[in-house]
Amino acid sequence: MKQMLTGNTAAAWGARLADVDYIPAFPITPQTEIIETLAQWAAAGEIPARFVTLDSEHSMLTAGGAAAAAGARVFTATSSQGLLYGFELLYTVAGWRVPFVLVNVSRGLASPITLEPDHNDVLAARDSGCLQIHAETCQEVFDSILMAYRIAEDPRVLLPVIVNLDGFSLSFTREPVELPAVAAASIYLGEYAPGHAWIRGERPMAQGVAVLGGAVYSYFRYQMQLAAENALTVHEEAAAAFETMFGRRYGLVDGYRLDDAELVLVMSNSFATKGRAAVDLARSEGVRLGLLRLRLLRPFPREAIRRALAGRRAVAVIDQNLSIGLGGITVGEVAHALYAERDRPPLLSYVGGLGGKEISDQEFRRIVSDLMLAAATGETPPPRLLFTAAEARQMQTLLSIAGKEGAG
Amino acid sequence: MSRELAAYRNLKDISREEFILPGTSVCGGCGGMEALRLAAKVLGDRVVYVNAAGCFTLLAVFPYTPFRGSWLYTTMGSAPAGAQGVRDALDVLIARGKVRPEDDVQVVVVAGDGATYDMALSSTSGAIWRNLDFWYFCYDNESYGNTGAQASSATPYGARTPTTLGAERRKDLFEIWRAHRPAYLATVSPRYPVDLSRKFEKAKRFKGPKLFLAAAPCPTGWEFDPAKTLDYGRLQVETGLFPLKEAVGDGPVVHTYAPAKRRPVEEYLRGQGRFRHLFEPVKQAALIARIQEDVDRYWARVEA
Repeated sequence: MKQMLTGNTAAAWGARLADVDYIPAFPITPQTEIIETLAQWAAAGEIPARFVTLDSEHSMLTAGGAAAAAGARVFTATSSQGLLYGFELLYTVAGWRVPFVLVNVSRGLASPITLEPDHNDVLAARDSGCLQIHAETCQEVFDSILMAYRIAEDPRVLLPVIVNLDGFSLSFTREPVELPAVAAASIYLGEYAPGHAWIRGERPMAQGVAVLGGAVYSYFRYQMQLAAENALTVHEEAAAAFETMFGRRYGLVDGYRLDDAELVLVMSNSFATKGRAAVDLARSEGVRLGLLRLRLLRPFPREAIRRALAGRRAVAVIDQNLSIGLGGITVGEVAHALYAERDRPPLLSYVGGLGGKEISDQEFRRIVSDLMLAAATGETPPPRLLFTAAEARQMQTLLSIAGKEGAG
Repeated sequence: MSRELAAYRNLKDISREEFILPGTSVCGGCGGMEALRLAAKVLGDRVVYVNAAGCFTLLAVFPYTPFRGSWLYTTMGSAPAGAQGVRDALDVLIARGKVRPEDDVQVVVVAGDGATYDMALSSTSGAIWRNLDFWYFCYDNESYGNTGAQASSATPYGARTPTTLGAERRKDLFEIWRAHRPAYLATVSPRYPVDLSRKFEKAKRFKGPKLFLAAAPCPTGWEFDPAKTLDYGRLQVETGLFPLKEAVGDGPVVHTYAPAKRRPVEEYLRGQGRFRHLFEPVKQAALIARIQEDVDRYWARVEA
């Protein structure tokens, strides 16, 4: 049966149907609805999990990692500044090789402080050892959390997984979500019975121990890399089992009208829905445009991306993030995936949607015309920061109120 | 007096069994290690030590651990939150029948003063506020010992460090902790093993935060002969600089040992490299007098 759920409530249901043992929490906009929902269920005895509010995200992630190191199935959630406040732990607990699921509700990073989404927060964590699944819809948020536990707990992986959803545009948007029966979810996941990490009186174990020397350190870091690579296979297995049980299939990447596409937009998360609309609009005008949505960001599915983009006439990556001094983050990763491909298309780079900024039809049109020109000439235009004339005029008004006329 | 407490009358009553095995990389003469070794004799092997970054982080270096119990290194600032996660996990897993009750362990934070007095105050405060059932063992060597004895907010007035000249008084961590009304808190010294053992034994009665501030004379950081660790441990207490005391819940602070006649602080300061500038090239009588006045004022309040 389908219910109308916000992205946040879908995330809470993911934790509930994963039958988690422990939920360390700390509130931050726009994640709060997730932990409020879970807190109410825990208080009412509707879920057996223990819910505890910590003193910070740093403590929250420590408690979560430590509980997982003691053998509990752990769920937690944060956003933006909270993710950064707990950043040290992302690396630390990933190194403990403890599987747990962290939902990040994406929100632009200060400064200036804001509330609406972009992906600088979650992408800052891309080197941490936490795997990353980025969701486009509320259904995908729920489904990805179930899949995330299955992937994280697989003995070939044993790494935390971050499931990302966009603040506001997904966290507070209601969409129909199909929730499985408790028993079905339980069969899909099975019980978490760690064979590698525990804290027990009868079987003492030292975890998180120091190492001396680069070779020992490298060994353990390489183990994490190999485990993350294993997650590509494990994701496909988890996706196949998920489809068998629940009828929905998720790939490493997601394509829309890609089959005969000559030109491709690459996007991620909920703004990919705007990309789909742009594809439909272009198609109605006879342009063979398609969309590739990045879903699994870590491990980075290089081969799937190479296959999806090889032979296209031009590709535009729209990064909803900005690495200051570099530009878009994922365009470089996509380029890496394509570099060894003989038949690689011109790769155009756009930054847009920062702090939830709209990406308008007009901007998509500009990108499509750039793509057509690049396809025709083989030339790649310089990276662009999307900003419309109307937005520039609005900004001039604000600047003049601030007494900064003539600036900008 | 309970049977257990009566059991610690003198040194012979302390277990000869070791729960932290020798061969670690801590410095020779480490006072903190001696205090932890004594504490472990009371705590036993059904424990997990949740560690914050500091000297003791190098106790467990892959593939070795000296502990007969478990160990989890966390970060510098969040060991109490790690204790929270472990305690909560064991509680919920036992309640759900996933862990046998006999597999339960006591959760013990092990952290130095650098973490305890500063970076971990937030996570400690939270853990005490939630009445977490855990132990906190702070080995107080009055500096960031592992990085070369730079000043922490536990560094005493007058001590020169690689980063300061000793102009600040140390924080009163005992009172900061006590303001939270934990189930039990105490100061201990490795030179007073019976007092230390009795306090750990007594704390077993209480469910909730059990907090210990352990004097940790540090030959490396304080610059004295490692053979003299316990001499300085004794002087630290006999001068009155490190009072041995305890408090239960919101009850009064009880001094478990009050030196009958306090030794002059000068006896303690002299001979430590970190205080050498108080004596050479010329004696800084005013500074030494100020340290003495601080101690005298403290004990005047205690004895009033």
